[in-house]
Amino acid sequence: MKLVITTTGQTLDAPMDRRFGRAEGFLVYDLETEVYTVIDNHQNFQAAQGAGIQAAQHVVNCGARAVITGHCGPKAFRVLSAAKVAIYNCEAATVADAIDQYKSGHLKPAQSADVEGHWV
Amino acid sequence: MKIAIGSGKGGTGKTTVAVALALAATEPVQYLDCDVEEPNGHIFMKPDLKERMSVYVPVPCVDSALCTGCGACSRICQFNAIISLAGTAMVFRELCHGCGGCSLVCPTGAISEVDYEIGFVESGHAGAVAFTQGCLTVGRAMSPPVIRSVKQQANQDLLTIIDCPPGTSCPFMASIKGADVAILVTEPTPFGLHDLTLAVDTVCQLGIPFGVIVNRVHKPDNNVTTYCDQKGIAVLLQIPEQRSVAVAYSWGDSLLMASPELKPEFQRVLEQVTCMAEGEAV
Repeated sequence: MKLVITTTGQTLDAPMDRRFGRAEGFLVYDLETEVYTVIDNHQNFQAAQGAGIQAAQHVVNCGARAVITGHCGPKAFRVLSAAKVAIYNCEAATVADAIDQYKSGHLKPAQSADVEGHWV
Repeated sequence: MKIAIGSGKGGTGKTTVAVALALAATEPVQYLDCDVEEPNGHIFMKPDLKERMSVYVPVPCVDSALCTGCGACSRICQFNAIISLAGTAMVFRELCHGCGGCSLVCPTGAISEVDYEIGFVESGHAGAVAFTQGCLTVGRAMSPPVIRSVKQQANQDLLTIIDCPPGTSCPFMASIKGADVAILVTEPTPFGLHDLTLAVDTVCQLGIPFGVIVNRVHKPDNNVTTYCDQKGIAVLLQIPEQRSVAVAYSWGDSLLMASPELKPEFQRVLEQVTCMAEGEAV
């Protein structure tokens, strides 16, 4: 199963990005093989509108079944929920910490968006 | 003759000038309030608004039975208003600009267009002045379709005063498009001058002849007149700062009620911009 973690860098020890739609990038982590890739999100980063929607589309397209991020707004939540992708709000410092928290069962799936759109 | 009143900076006196021009005109005139996010010309003009029509944007409606989830709609959309998920498409109609691209590219004809109400246009008369205004519904994001509807309602044969929204982005462009001449209103402050330069750049790119009116003037020689002299821009009028004007404004009375001596000045401005527009046409 693939996980997506919003990230500010290119490696597992990079700080997580608290934003979803306007995250700097998405680290796609395969739980079985422990192999990861990073999707750049700079185009979306500067989108005038709909960044969360497009980011959610990226996540769905890459086949992930779960997203770990700081905060998720209502439109992104709607897309991810419709695609049956679980959303986990997480305060972990780094991507690796977030993955550890997920593996150890510390994270609970979000039941709704936890911020308004354009919350930053 | 269509005269657009713009500014760059908000709150410089666009509506004050637009109302004064409409009230000073010696020929049949109409006033179009294209500042549809906060139309306030009616406060000064006090029109009898008799007609009202809703404004709609066509937004996509997806038939899930026909959708294959191919993603063509999502790829064509520049506004992230429609996305493709396994076997269906999801629409965010509040982001849709109504271009119709998604329904054109859909290979299975799964997308039809439905009307989404975003505002309304009202028309009537204020004395001899024909009056039309648009109003964007609170919570809707896109004003240009409402602005275009206001302009479609206009009588093409009348002298037309277009009260534009502030700024230089899409709402301003939708308002000024098709104008024969523009008047940029500003105040002699650093902010007023800064945003005037943005408006000047915009109007120059559009190729519309224009002049400047300076409002709330303390000194006839000020930062705006210096800039206009350097750029060879006509300063059409300087309106002095007067407490009596502010008091009248606060009661919803027009500039010409407070300062009737300015009426011939505005008539001269109308003549001057008419010459500018015709000079450009030749």
